[in-house]
Amino acid sequence: MEEKRPAANLDLRGVICPVNFVKTKLKLEEMNIGEILEVLIDTGEPIANVPRSIKEEGHKIIKVEKIDSHFRLLIEKV
Amino acid sequence: MKDKNIDIRYDHNLEEQKKSKLEIEMKRGKKEVFNLDQLKSGGYIRQRQKDLFTVRLRCPGGRVPVEKLKKIAEAASKYSKRDYVHISVRQSIEIPYVDYKDFSQLSDELGEVGQKIASCGPRVRVPTACSGCEYNPNGLVDVQKLCQEIDQKYFGIQCNHKFKISLSGCPIDCFRTNEMDLGFQGAVEPIWDEDTCTGCRICGYACREGAITNDVQTGKPVIDRSKCLYCADCIRACPANSWKEGRKGLVVRVGGRHGRHPMNGAVIAVFLPEEKMGKVIEKVLEWYNKEGKDKGRVRIGDILRDKWTGFVDFIKPVLGDCAVKNPKKPEYIKIHSFQTGWML
Repeated sequence: MEEKRPAANLDLRGVICPVNFVKTKLKLEEMNIGEILEVLIDTGEPIANVPRSIKEEGHKIIKVEKIDSHFRLLIEKV
Repeated sequence: MKDKNIDIRYDHNLEEQKKSKLEIEMKRGKKEVFNLDQLKSGGYIRQRQKDLFTVRLRCPGGRVPVEKLKKIAEAASKYSKRDYVHISVRQSIEIPYVDYKDFSQLSDELGEVGQKIASCGPRVRVPTACSGCEYNPNGLVDVQKLCQEIDQKYFGIQCNHKFKISLSGCPIDCFRTNEMDLGFQGAVEPIWDEDTCTGCRICGYACREGAITNDVQTGKPVIDRSKCLYCADCIRACPANSWKEGRKGLVVRVGGRHGRHPMNGAVIAVFLPEEKMGKVIEKVLEWYNKEGKDKGRVRIGDILRDKWTGFVDFIKPVLGDCAVKNPKKPEYIKIHSFQTGWML
């Protein structure tokens, strides 16, 4: 399946919890439903918390990729 | 205002329940009889100050409707000789510095909004609980609902000693169910669905117990059930909803307490269905009252330590499949380590 093109992206490497989630949330609020946000976050606490919070906000995580010591998430705004 | 013509002498025999009535001599020559036993069960707690009591209100689960709160504030400013209320460690509002002569008026006024007085003494106390799954993101079970149910059905039942029940919505156990005569804590068993799993590894990071490890190549998880706390972090974190809820219910702990010599309650069941909670409470109280007969003021934890196997045999049929195999009896938690001479 072809990857959907992100309409926006955020590099949140080095950004601590919960600031990383808040930035993600604010970005998603600016976007249109169905658009994709690409996010880079660190492993450890950020990857343990941010996806859960995004899910609880009702958005959809359509792709998770581990690259070295960080993660790349593709989030679809719902 | 305080009536200077009334003299009340506190009698320690009342606390031991050797006497239940106290004659109050009014200096005008009139005599009145107060039933202090009833007062004690009603949650009126004697203060150091002569004639003054703390009135403990019944606030199950610490949930106080705003209408009641307004009335409480109004009554406190009217009947307390101080300008504050106290929040007890068991979530109830206490109105201090109330003159005993104002008891009936205070209770009538609170009664207008359905606010009841709590209890103290040897009986089932007002149950406590966290906010549970209703709005707390960690909550797994609606412990507020269960707490109100316990309050309605079991509050005030007579026992040998105090009997405290508490509920926590998840394994973080903010309401310390291990320190209660009977405690219920929410738990959910995670079940993995291989077909939908994308091998993203998020569950391995989300698990705070180290119970989930992800395969180096595929990223697919392996769970070590011996490490799982049943907190559902993996279920909440999984973007593909591949971790699903399996068995869901209550971890049951019995025989715990805090105080001078705290005891760690024993886990007797895991994933007890909510609808069986009432039955468990009834059976535990039945056992306590039977075994406690003629033993006086003794907590259930102490009796359990003596008669553990008997209790386990008694309670097992009620717990069914949820019963823990070979449960261990409650154990003392030593907090006063300097007290080296203390014997069990």
